[in-house]
Amino acid sequence: MPGKRVLQMAGLITGVITVQLLTRFTGTGYFLTQLTMSAYYSLVIIGLCLLIGYAGQISLGHAGFFAMGGYISALLTTYNLLPYKDNAIIAVLMKTGILVVRTNLYGSEILYFQPWVACIIAVSMTVLVAYLIGGPILKLKGHYLAMATLGLGIIVYRIVLGSAFFGEADGLSEVPAFTLLPGLKVSGNLSVRISNYYIAWGLVIIAFITLLNLVDSRVGRALRSIHGAEDASSAVGVNTAKYKLNTFVLSAAFASIAGVFLTHYNGGIGPSEASVMKSVRYVAIVAVGGMANLWGALIMGVLLNFLSLRGYFGSFDDAVFGGILIVIMLFAPEGLIRVDIFRYLKRAVSGEKAGEQNDGSS
Amino acid sequence: MMLKVRNLEAGYGKLKVLRRVSIHVKQGEIVTIIGANGAGKTTLLNTIAGLIKTQSGEIMFSGKNIHGLPVERIVFYGCSLVPEGRQVFSTMTVKENLLLGGYVLKRKKMDGAVEDEIESVYSLFPLLRERKKQLAGTLSGGEQQMLAIGRALMARPSLIMMDEPSMGLAPLIVKDIFNIIYKLREGGKTVLLVEQNAQASLRIADRGYVLETGRVKLQGPAEDLLANRDVQRAYLGKDIDADNL
Repeated sequence: MPGKRVLQMAGLITGVITVQLLTRFTGTGYFLTQLTMSAYYSLVIIGLCLLIGYAGQISLGHAGFFAMGGYISALLTTYNLLPYKDNAIIAVLMKTGILVVRTNLYGSEILYFQPWVACIIAVSMTVLVAYLIGGPILKLKGHYLAMATLGLGIIVYRIVLGSAFFGEADGLSEVPAFTLLPGLKVSGNLSVRISNYYIAWGLVIIAFITLLNLVDSRVGRALRSIHGAEDASSAVGVNTAKYKLNTFVLSAAFASIAGVFLTHYNGGIGPSEASVMKSVRYVAIVAVGGMANLWGALIMGVLLNFLSLRGYFGSFDDAVFGGILIVIMLFAPEGLIRVDIFRYLKRAVSGEKAGEQNDGSS
Repeated sequence: MMLKVRNLEAGYGKLKVLRRVSIHVKQGEIVTIIGANGAGKTTLLNTIAGLIKTQSGEIMFSGKNIHGLPVERIVFYGCSLVPEGRQVFSTMTVKENLLLGGYVLKRKKMDGAVEDEIESVYSLFPLLRERKKQLAGTLSGGEQQMLAIGRALMARPSLIMMDEPSMGLAPLIVKDIFNIIYKLREGGKTVLLVEQNAQASLRIADRGYVLETGRVKLQGPAEDLLANRDVQRAYLGKDIDADNL
């Protein structure tokens, strides 16, 4: 099994590199921008896939967690603390390097949180919120859980839309680059487009490997057992409440990290990132990918987000994802990407025997 | 004393199902609880297992007070439930179901024991070995019941509680299942068995309790209950008055 896993990962990494080289040789480097953004959205989606597909708990509020990460990080890196620099606490933070100074477009100085610090604060706050809210709402099941998480998403949306602090309908802009390591920064600047493509995909691949190993382990079995029969699962000794909560928090953390990175990449964030339709979109993509299928979630996440970001769906963007959800639920509740499809393709490629049988039956 | 339940009261919301129920189970016994639909048999087992909160009363298991503990703690202490209607994890394979049954062994620092335990379940139910890669949902009712029992055994419980293992099974399979329960006791397990099939369960049990609308109506050695006229009339389908005519 581990051998197979290594092979799969090698395939994924080769795929990522091939796509980059293809865009280089075909002169379509501008695709990389959308591919990078899709990668960050896919990070939300694979986290959500663990929650919905494996643990069987729905969330219609993950855009809220994404927005929490993005907004908190954006606020901390754009809010100018210079007027308060005489404050003792601010002075200490400046000395320790937690607060740094930059000059903005108009030449004035801005005192702001170092992006690493902002990122850590943003993700920890999201995790804290997910933890506090997850405890009570994960006692709900089915439709009730869907409604509660939907409520959470709407609250976050209304808060960022309604408070001047978060820029109301304009959102927050002029978010600075996030320097991960010297010479490696998350930014939408054209000069670092290729390195950002690899940063995003590196992050996704690390998260993906973690999740693949997780679902194959004792923990993964426990999660699937909760999905199958929750009472029986606790009757064999699985602490179902703890597992549900941990999975919820983990997927919220993934969404939050994606939010932080994408905000730095885009240089800003707006309230549409927190909208309910975004959450519906994430759920729709998990469904198209086949629910308990991380590969399906990843592939569909990249593909559909890429098409959407390139504007192929035009002004019907949200309608398309709503439609996809309905069609999938009606006609292919197992999702589009399924194991048997691969098996079928393998048979079709490897031998004619299967093909002959098919001819005979048709 | 393996299990001692005293004055237990429990129910759902404002509805009280169990009213001052007291039972006990000694080491190595098979004890059966019989009663009609709605008597509170399943509620009693689920309350002992921790799936339902107690309203009052006490539950002692192997000298520990397990009243109010979470389900996984109670399983950890060695009290496993085979739930009503089997509840196997239907989208997982037979082997994965068994592995999940052994879930608590890791916390007991007995990781290595999982494989041994699977082997002993397979030798008890050779059919499961043949079907280990099959999805549990595709098994027949009897096979699912065997899997549910096997899954509970994986945790190496000292007390195994079974909720209507004969439910919805063909008479021949029911006989098999009861044979297995009898064998479990020979293997050193203690069994608390809830059944509607009073005849079959009283035959293999040492002692029995008759539960009626949430109260213990009768108790005693199984053979006494089998011979009891009220029990015969109410649960064994013998019309004694008709015999006398």
